[in-house]
Amino acid sequence: MNADLALQLGIQGLLTGGIYGLIGLGLSLIFGVMGVINFAHGQMIVMGMYVSFWILTLFGIDPYLSLMVVAAVIFALGYLVQSTIVNRIIDYPEAMQVVPLVSLGLILENMALLFWGPDHRSPETALGLDAIRVGSATIDVSRLMAFGLAILFTLCIFLFLKKSNLGKSIRAAADNRTGAILVGIKVNRINNISFALGAATTGAAGALLLPLMPVTPHLGHDFTLIAFVVVILGGMGNLLGALFGGLILGLAESLSALWLPATMKHLVSFGILVVIMLFKPHGLFGGKR
Amino acid sequence: MNRLYMFMAAALALILALPLWLDKYTLGIFVMIFYYAYLGQSWNVLTGYTGHISLGHALYVGIGAYTSTFLAQTWGISPWIGMLAGGLLSMTVALCMGYLGFRFGLRGVYFVILTIGFAEITRLIVSHIEALGSFSGIFLDFNPSFINFQFRGNMPYYYISLGFMVVSMIVVRLIETSRLGRFMIATREDEDAAEALGVNTFKYSMIAIAISAFMTALAGTFYANYIFYLHPATLFGMALSIELIMRPIIGGMGTVLGPVIGSFILTPLSEISRAYFAKGGLEGLHLILYGILAILVVLFMPRGIIVYLKGASQWIFNSADKK
Repeated sequence: MNADLALQLGIQGLLTGGIYGLIGLGLSLIFGVMGVINFAHGQMIVMGMYVSFWILTLFGIDPYLSLMVVAAVIFALGYLVQSTIVNRIIDYPEAMQVVPLVSLGLILENMALLFWGPDHRSPETALGLDAIRVGSATIDVSRLMAFGLAILFTLCIFLFLKKSNLGKSIRAAADNRTGAILVGIKVNRINNISFALGAATTGAAGALLLPLMPVTPHLGHDFTLIAFVVVILGGMGNLLGALFGGLILGLAESLSALWLPATMKHLVSFGILVVIMLFKPHGLFGGKR
Repeated sequence: MNRLYMFMAAALALILALPLWLDKYTLGIFVMIFYYAYLGQSWNVLTGYTGHISLGHALYVGIGAYTSTFLAQTWGISPWIGMLAGGLLSMTVALCMGYLGFRFGLRGVYFVILTIGFAEITRLIVSHIEALGSFSGIFLDFNPSFINFQFRGNMPYYYISLGFMVVSMIVVRLIETSRLGRFMIATREDEDAAEALGVNTFKYSMIAIAISAFMTALAGTFYANYIFYLHPATLFGMALSIELIMRPIIGGMGTVLGPVIGSFILTPLSEISRAYFAKGGLEGLHLILYGILAILVVLFMPRGIIVYLKGASQWIFNSADKK
């Protein structure tokens, strides 16, 4: 085996893993608070990609700068979805919870198709193809940047949840719903904010992914599945676990290129998904069920 | 109830005679109505009656389509036999997956993700097998004859798909009224309580998934010999899995008529709006409407349209009886 290649792939995988972690964090937060799985997660990421694409082509603002704007737009989308749809289905049996969110994914995907067409679009960004060499490995600047910002965004969310009053109420609602109601937390509002926050992570991830890969409307399913794998690796509802799950998955997918053709890399993630779910259903780091 | 059967017999007679007046395009829409009603019914056996949600049923459609086509192209085996082979293969896969899922107690969302995972893994593997056409898929040659399951015109497909649908309705009705069906429904309503009362929920879940997978795979063979083109992303993809569950959910899960009603409403809507919007360059709009409709139905009629139809028909009959 080629050590240089392995190092190269390892670095690349770890950097991608940071973004995966961010995506997983959003899904895990939503599940932790409401016990609902956001089946439209991947489509929301695609929406984020297109919004930042739009900002880039219309105003010439780079995705790294428009990151917060994109996150805010998807935050609003998430808030709207939660208050109109998800709040009504929280007490439904699980079969019925799956359908509206899957349908939402369908709607978002086809809205992207309607607005932006089926073409692959890869916009020119400021950093573009710049790369730095460290020893024998080459690191894309845009990937490094995406990693750094994804980790930063993740830390901000952690800080928000740990320190702010609103964040504390969210954690309280996730821990014990009834208890939270009893101490006077407005749980519906908390739901809205948690879902919106989870959605905002997808928006941020979308903006960070835009310079890394061409965007098409149909990327959503793949992202949703990646988010599932990350969250199941880290444990459903375990936020820190999601970050590590993302890093592990990024590494595993990237290193699999040593043995498998690149188009097969998702085979590794689905394999991990099935194995972890069967043998460690609470994830590697424990989670809530 | 007798009235319902009488009504259905009349409807069936009408449908049997219908091709006399229909042109090829309309006939094609009816084929799709029956096809999706059948698929929905197959899914209904597992999810509607046993409550284990599958979002990977495209897997079985794909296995059915690829098995019969591969056997026909390699060894010249008639798709009628290949159809059964595909059914059995897909049943085996389903039993393996079901064993893992039910034995390890994956419930709710976890089982959903397991089914998606299996379908996606199979899609990726099939996309890399040279003999199965890799990413580009397989084209079928057109040799019309009964043995080859290929026909000129839509008429034979109309009757075959109608047959599939009617038989599936009978099968599901038989299951529903049998002991097996009662146990399946008990599993759906409350798995722990059923277990506590001595129902072997594992066994009945396994039976349900086997029947469901077998039935679904037969539709795959039909699809292959109707469309003449197999593409891994279309046949194993999540889009088909979603498409397939919409009809029973909107019509009413866990009922014999639900998938059929759902298909009679959604399929023409989808086919006609697809054609209409694509003409105006609005591709995808029909799926947006579709998604909105599904969300509205789940929010406001969580038990499906059938509940309202039942209410309406009872009201009509009752007011007729009073006279």
